[in-house]
Amino acid sequence: MSGFHLAQVNIARLAAPLDSPQLADFVAHLPQINELAERSPGFVWRMVDEDGADATGLRPDRTDDMLLINCSLWESVESLHAYTYRTDHLRLLSRRREWFEAPDGPHQALWWVPAGHHPTVTEAMDRVAHLRHHGPTPHAFTFRKHFPAPSSTPDGRTPGTDRAGSPATAP
Amino acid sequence: MADEEDAAYEAVSALGDPVRRRLYRYVAARPGWTGRDAAAEAAGISRSLAAHHLDRLVESGLLTTSFQRLSGRTGPGAGRPAKVYRRAEREHRVSLPPRAYDTLGRLLAGVVEEAGLDRELQAAARAAGRTAEPDTDPVTLLRERGYQPFEEPREDEHGSDGDGDGDGTTLRLHNCPFHALAEQHPALVCGMNLALIEGLLAGRRSAGGREWTAVMDPRREGCCVALKSKKNGS
Repeated sequence: MSGFHLAQVNIARLAAPLDSPQLADFVAHLPQINELAERSPGFVWRMVDEDGADATGLRPDRTDDMLLINCSLWESVESLHAYTYRTDHLRLLSRRREWFEAPDGPHQALWWVPAGHHPTVTEAMDRVAHLRHHGPTPHAFTFRKHFPAPSSTPDGRTPGTDRAGSPATAP
Repeated sequence: MADEEDAAYEAVSALGDPVRRRLYRYVAARPGWTGRDAAAEAAGISRSLAAHHLDRLVESGLLTTSFQRLSGRTGPGAGRPAKVYRRAEREHRVSLPPRAYDTLGRLLAGVVEEAGLDRELQAAARAAGRTAEPDTDPVTLLRERGYQPFEEPREDEHGSDGDGDGDGTTLRLHNCPFHALAEQHPALVCGMNLALIEGLLAGRRSAGGREWTAVMDPRREGCCVALKSKKNGS
């Protein structure tokens, strides 16, 4: 354990209202896909709205009623990658354009947070904006160009194997 | 670049020998490790000749090797570990004259992904699958396209998702023909691949009238699509 968790944010614009027939399959699959995340190796936490089931009630942009946010914490890039692309989640991903508009730029970001910290909507949106303006950096990066966890933990220990700031190759 | 090219030529030249080619095809298509005895039997040659050729394939970088007790026994009396083989991960590409379809594929995939054309790509893939050779066993079609289908052992606990509408046979695909692009654009390429396989399966039957359904069921290795058998005549 490095004392850090990997944060992930993903924003997407609905192609139709959540209660429309077009989104019915997506909404129907949400409980099981969230449950799958929770029992996947390396899962730490996921952001939920006031209802507590998922994050579909959150609107990260006050001017855009169709924009959804999805944010979670994982123990490593590898564990998030395995859940995202090597489980049933991939099946939903392959249907993303039935439910969401094609993004007009970076719509997801990864970054490291001290273990125990839960990102806020504002923090997550700032990371997406940073990636959009500066490309992948340790502050906000991508699967394709990711960075190791910072080398010293909040309490000053140095785990030793991490090399902060040097890009790693995508898994 | 020249080094990479030389390595590819050396690897391919090792397959000039038809016996070696048979051994390579057999080992490469199997999930997990293959022992010398099984490979020799499959190629119809002696164990010692198989051992010689298998080791030559390891030298060429086409296979990797390890030692394993094949009997499943351990402890004293279990015997010496046997040398086992499997396909090497490294990709070799030989194109004469030089062609760069991979570069084109990467560029196209990137543009299609950014444009959000997943569904258009899936529709084209499904149509391409449907119009492939008619009246051919779909499993043969998949084999010809490099998917390396194999029957999943029944005792696999990950087995079916409990649909209960088939005879319980699951075919898995040992190889992903789109591996590098699938790593770069998983949602786009794996979605296209599922649609392509659905197209290949549509209206086709295996020997004995068996029909198949494609499901996305990714594992750590291999293609993310699995084939489940449907009830005969349904």
